[in-house]
Amino acid sequence: MAKELLKGNEAFAEAAVRAGVEGFFGYPITPASEFLEYMAKRMPALGRAFLQAESEIAAIHMVYGAACAGKRTLTATSGPGVSLMSEALSYIAGTEVPAVVVNVMRGGPGLGNIAPSQSDYNQMVKGGGHGDYYPIVLAPATVQEAIDYITLAFDLADKYLSLVYIVVDGNLGQMMEPAELPPMRELRKVPPEWAVSGAKDRDPNILTSIYIDPPDEEVTNIRLLKRWLEVEKNEIRYKEYELDDADIAVISFGVAGRVCLSAVKTAREEGVKVGLFRPITLAPFPRQAIEDLSKRVKRILVVEMNSGMMLQDVKQAVAGRVPIEYYGRMGGVTPFPEEVLDEIRRVNENDEEIPDGMERVQWLERLEERIARGE
Amino acid sequence: MEKSIIISGFGGQGTLFAGQVLAYAALDAGKHVTWIPSYGPEMRGGTARCTVTISDEEIGSPLTRNPSAVIAMNLPSLDRYERLMQPGGLMLANASLINREMDRTDVRGIYIPAARMAEAIGNPRLTNMIMVGALLASEKILPLDVVKKSLKEHLPARHQKTLPLNFEAMDQGAAFVKDAVVA
Amino acid sequence: MAMEKVELNVVYERPESLTTTTTHYCPGCTHGTAHRLVAEVLDEMGIREKAIGVAPVGCSVFAYDYFNHDFVEAAHGRAPAMATGIKRVRPENTVYTYQGDGDLASIGMAEIIHAAIRGENITVIFINNAIYGMTGGQMAPTTLPGMKTTSSPLGRDVEVSGYPIRMAEMLSTIDGASYVVRQSLHDAAHIRKSKKAIRRAFEVQEHGLGFAIVELLSSCPTNWGITPAEALHFVRDKMVPYFPLDDYKVIPEVAKLKV
Repeated sequence: MAKELLKGNEAFAEAAVRAGVEGFFGYPITPASEFLEYMAKRMPALGRAFLQAESEIAAIHMVYGAACAGKRTLTATSGPGVSLMSEALSYIAGTEVPAVVVNVMRGGPGLGNIAPSQSDYNQMVKGGGHGDYYPIVLAPATVQEAIDYITLAFDLADKYLSLVYIVVDGNLGQMMEPAELPPMRELRKVPPEWAVSGAKDRDPNILTSIYIDPPDEEVTNIRLLKRWLEVEKNEIRYKEYELDDADIAVISFGVAGRVCLSAVKTAREEGVKVGLFRPITLAPFPRQAIEDLSKRVKRILVVEMNSGMMLQDVKQAVAGRVPIEYYGRMGGVTPFPEEVLDEIRRVNENDEEIPDGMERVQWLERLEERIARGE
Repeated sequence: MEKSIIISGFGGQGTLFAGQVLAYAALDAGKHVTWIPSYGPEMRGGTARCTVTISDEEIGSPLTRNPSAVIAMNLPSLDRYERLMQPGGLMLANASLINREMDRTDVRGIYIPAARMAEAIGNPRLTNMIMVGALLASEKILPLDVVKKSLKEHLPARHQKTLPLNFEAMDQGAAFVKDAVVA
Repeated sequence: MAMEKVELNVVYERPESLTTTTTHYCPGCTHGTAHRLVAEVLDEMGIREKAIGVAPVGCSVFAYDYFNHDFVEAAHGRAPAMATGIKRVRPENTVYTYQGDGDLASIGMAEIIHAAIRGENITVIFINNAIYGMTGGQMAPTTLPGMKTTSSPLGRDVEVSGYPIRMAEMLSTIDGASYVVRQSLHDAAHIRKSKKAIRRAFEVQEHGLGFAIVELLSSCPTNWGITPAEALHFVRDKMVPYFPLDDYKVIPEVAKLKV
């Protein structure tokens, strides 16, 4: 199939359809509503289930039900919706059934705004629901990547009986970019053996997240953790640009990552030896790759659209080997490549040590100066 | 080569569509392209704006602060982007709604009475296509005939009857620029 | 001497839809009765092999241990949403929720109302015993005025906590609901009527007629602090007057069903 000019949110929804989703349950929220609207037309036309629920809480419990029934299922929402869904997400993790959640992130906390943001990094990567579990988190940066990783998300969810989150922001949801959709997959004909489908010619299947005796829960926790360690071993994904001879590594994910790519290219033209490391799996985090990187480069610049959430994971991987600097925009402001370029130029000149914790203090000073200049 | 073009105006002036026409044409010409609308509360204020980036390589940022070309459909758009444009950039202004020229001398400004020209063709909604024609005649972004072919291919069937007028508008926009350069 | 052959009539046996597991319910609790009625109906209708139950959070949280068919365990109050998810992707299965009053009428109020609004083709068994049993006898949305609980030690003060909610009456006002009844489990005659209501509620689903709910007034001697016999009298004398037994909504298509 040739590339077409596809609009983000609609392309993501179609990718889910082609991956064999049989149930979509959602609730309107900007900037994810186009996903819901697309499914409202597309799913019934294919004879598949679409339902606008009364709340995000109900929507994700419907996803939970459909997942238990052995069908591919997902919802798409934004951060405030994920907050409400956290209950069921924990139950889905505890019941060990596969489900996919797309978060088109927006500025927060609270009602915040509807502009693009990466402020849900901790919410998505560090959990949000209660209890001991680890979701897989994928952060595509282009419409094509989003299509590819939504397709992959369902395979990973099935393989590891896991929650898989796709985090994008409104930029990616709203933009159009040439991309190619995969062919339509055939729907599953036989339910997975663990699914509730009616106890005909077999013992009943019971799906629950309750293990009232602590030793039973511990066995479950061990099973979940072992599965997660397999995920960590097999599923780490990232992209590197111009890092072979780099003195400076920019580390950035999602749309912020592609903004950095523009800045890196321009800086290269100016002779700065800089490259980009773009994590695609935020969980599992590419810790080893970043540790290796920190042994090759002289300085690291982390760029995010939040207050420095992934920064903490990078610091853990780098373990003080090289100075780390930070630059970010918050509140739904997307950085322009021009500001990241300024930062790369500045980092290139800077040979000072940065005491632990000062990277954000220094960044805030620079950010406030920039804001004072009206940028 | 990478060009970032911002098309900005009031809602209803067809700025988003004009950007999509360029994006489809870029795709058909085998280029990398991104199209991104302004989105957020500003949309509610009646501003409609999109950024189109066309490149021979993988595109990083779909957004730019300092565009290389701007189509300003109204005065607030000219005010905003005059200050942000790259040195040597191109400002195409809809002179029917913009009553001043730019103060900056390090950017090119072309002032086109596009709304009046569109009315003369028979439909004020063709203003955007006059501006697209003017852009293509001023900058080596894409050949005009490629853009026309893409418009024909991607325009929904119910709008196909408007093709001749759209082509006419592009041609007049292009002709205006050529005349202006000669003059 | 040869043994004389004796013909034995089976007068009572375990329904196939129940397991042999002994329930954890307290003596005098009517959950066991309600379980058995549901199981008998599933057996009689021959739908055990396609039944999927949705258990609540509450005393019947382990219902899945006692029923011999597929079951899932929902979060507190969310059973109707989870059942919706299952039914929408498996319309060929029989899906029902089994919920208590804290689950259905308090934390899960939105989910039950909207399932009814959608006319969701599921069956709901609602056990109303006017108390939170599992957590140790706290005040429920259906606790009677003046009734003492661990969280209303001086008796439910309606000035502070409001009045009990009558779910069947409220749900009957919703266009999407096809069959809404309240019955009671306090004596044999009412148990028989309850079974008939449960049967009809499952027939509604099997005929694709939409949302059906059977509210069953039930006893909780342990948390009420009275004997099992007194508890049944309490249901009869105190609860039935506040929560009248009736067919609150029976759409014409449902009335035509032969039960």
